Amino acid sequence: MNKNFLLKMSFDIEGNNFNAAGAASSEIKRKLKQIGLNSDVVRRAAVSAYEAEMNIVIHAYKGVLTVTVSPGEINILAEDEGPGIADIELAMKEGYSTASDDVREMGFGAGMGLPNMKKCSDKFEIKTELGVGTKVSMTIYY
Amino acid sequence: MIERNYHSVVLDREKCKGCTNCIKNCPTEAIRVRDGKAKILEDRCIDCGECIRICPQHAKLAKTDELSILNNFRYRVVIPAPSLYGQFKEYMNPEKILMGLKKMGFDEVYEVALAAENVSIAVRRYLSEKNNPKPGISSACPAVVRLIQVRFPDLIKNIVPIKAPIEIAAKKAREKIKKEKGFKDDEIGVFFITPCPAKVTSIKSPVGAKTSFINGAFSVSQIYGDLLKNIKSVKESDLDGTLQKASGLGVGWGRSGGENKALAMGNTLSVDGIHNVIEVLEEVEMGRLKDIDFIEAQACIGGCVGGALMVEKQVIARTRLRKLSETLAQNFAVDEYVVLKEYDNNYYFMTEKIEPKHVMKLDEDIAKAIEKMELLEKTLERLPGLDCGSCGSPNCRALAEDIVRGIASENDCVFVLREKVKELAEEMLELSKRLPPAMGDGDFNRKGEKNET
Repeated sequence: MNKNFLLKMSFDIEGNNFNAAGAASSEIKRKLKQIGLNSDVVRRAAVSAYEAEMNIVIHAYKGVLTVTVSPGEINILAEDEGPGIADIELAMKEGYSTASDDVREMGFGAGMGLPNMKKCSDKFEIKTELGVGTKVSMTIYY
Repeated sequence: MIERNYHSVVLDREKCKGCTNCIKNCPTEAIRVRDGKAKILEDRCIDCGECIRICPQHAKLAKTDELSILNNFRYRVVIPAPSLYGQFKEYMNPEKILMGLKKMGFDEVYEVALAAENVSIAVRRYLSEKNNPKPGISSACPAVVRLIQVRFPDLIKNIVPIKAPIEIAAKKAREKIKKEKGFKDDEIGVFFITPCPAKVTSIKSPVGAKTSFINGAFSVSQIYGDLLKNIKSVKESDLDGTLQKASGLGVGWGRSGGENKALAMGNTLSVDGIHNVIEVLEEVEMGRLKDIDFIEAQACIGGCVGGALMVEKQVIARTRLRKLSETLAQNFAVDEYVVLKEYDNNYYFMTEKIEPKHVMKLDEDIAKAIEKMELLEKTLERLPGLDCGSCGSPNCRALAEDIVRGIASENDCVFVLREKVKELAEEMLELSKRLPPAMGDGDFNRKGEKNET
């Protein structure tokens, strides 16, 4: 993560709280729009943040979503305390999901989260440890 | 006359009490209370009419035309919105409503409902073409088009670039009269009977066209009394069944869902009420509604029947209009083949680009905007977060934004002000205890502190 950031936004995300789900990424989107970044950049950052936020809500116990805006780039970091991912390669496949049936009934867990995040960002890194948690770091250049 | 920043929603300063109802309900945060009166921020207002609906003092008005404007034209045509047909309890027969309308001083009636059929066919063709952005968004509601310009500039490309039914109705009426009666364009006056202020604005200051084909607008509430009298005076023998031509599909456009019903294609979504529209547009912006082909979006709950300038209650008018459209023919009254030929000749397309309005940006310069955003966040932390509106801004966040933009100050917040007064009072108390250096009783020093013994 770039240390010379100009703006930092940080949000605590609660696992399994679908009432508040999406609130953090909505706020991120609104602020990026107000800053006047190119609409395609805003969309990609907002989608990446939304998918990261939803992943924490669906899969983890809790997590923190941090967005920093630096000259020329936006960094999105999602760190959670959760079960971790057993097979990252599989998790990156479109349509693959370990979400529960309950979650799928709500219309989530379509297996598009991680692939979407990767598609929307210019740099994508994921680190995970079983039983500990997952850390996803994304960069979007503007 | 075209005015760039024309707004049909205006304030009656006499009636405005400076309460905060309108500022809190405005979908684009376009109103502030200043000096005890509401003030509309012109570049943000989309003329949706939410403030007209909510104002307890009826201090928000829609500027429409005076009926005397009819005298400026040799041949007068009235184009009523389909939603008008649902406004009368005793008169389910639209033929009678249209005859009553004509009697008010018009030479001819041309139904917008009929033009709505043309537009349905044109939109269907547009959506069937490849490479047009999905989902398409209807251009029929001018408040939604303006909302997109102000809050969702990225979605302008999704707006189906076909003229709204009122413009097509006026265009068709003019052509018909020129051909049949031989009048010249400037001799013909076309007048719209409008359910809402947004349509008035779209006539006076068009988006997607240089000029409107319409010369003026009267609201339903403005003419209601007169119209009712005229309808009552219509005899059955006056009616020859030639005024009402549109099918149930065209008439159905007056309520939410009617446009999609007439379109009858693909995977469509219908949304009404400006706040619901915003929610749906947020989804489109995030790319989550790609499976939808077309969105019919209307700023008013219930669609045009729920317009701020209507008389009948929305739910009642909506049900009545639905029933009426079911009794009418279920096939288009217009010739589809002709419409498609016209479509190929660009008859239906907007002639100007819809431009984005970047009024939500904090600054044109990104670095400066980021600085302002930081300042905004810091300011927001000092505000109480009660969103009371006493400062005249819709909520604490909006006040922080106004401070950063330089149109408000932190002391506008009554709680911040009270805190400052408290600090000041405490300081005064502290100062009052002090004595000149030469004075004192030995036990206390001049700062009022007890001397050590």
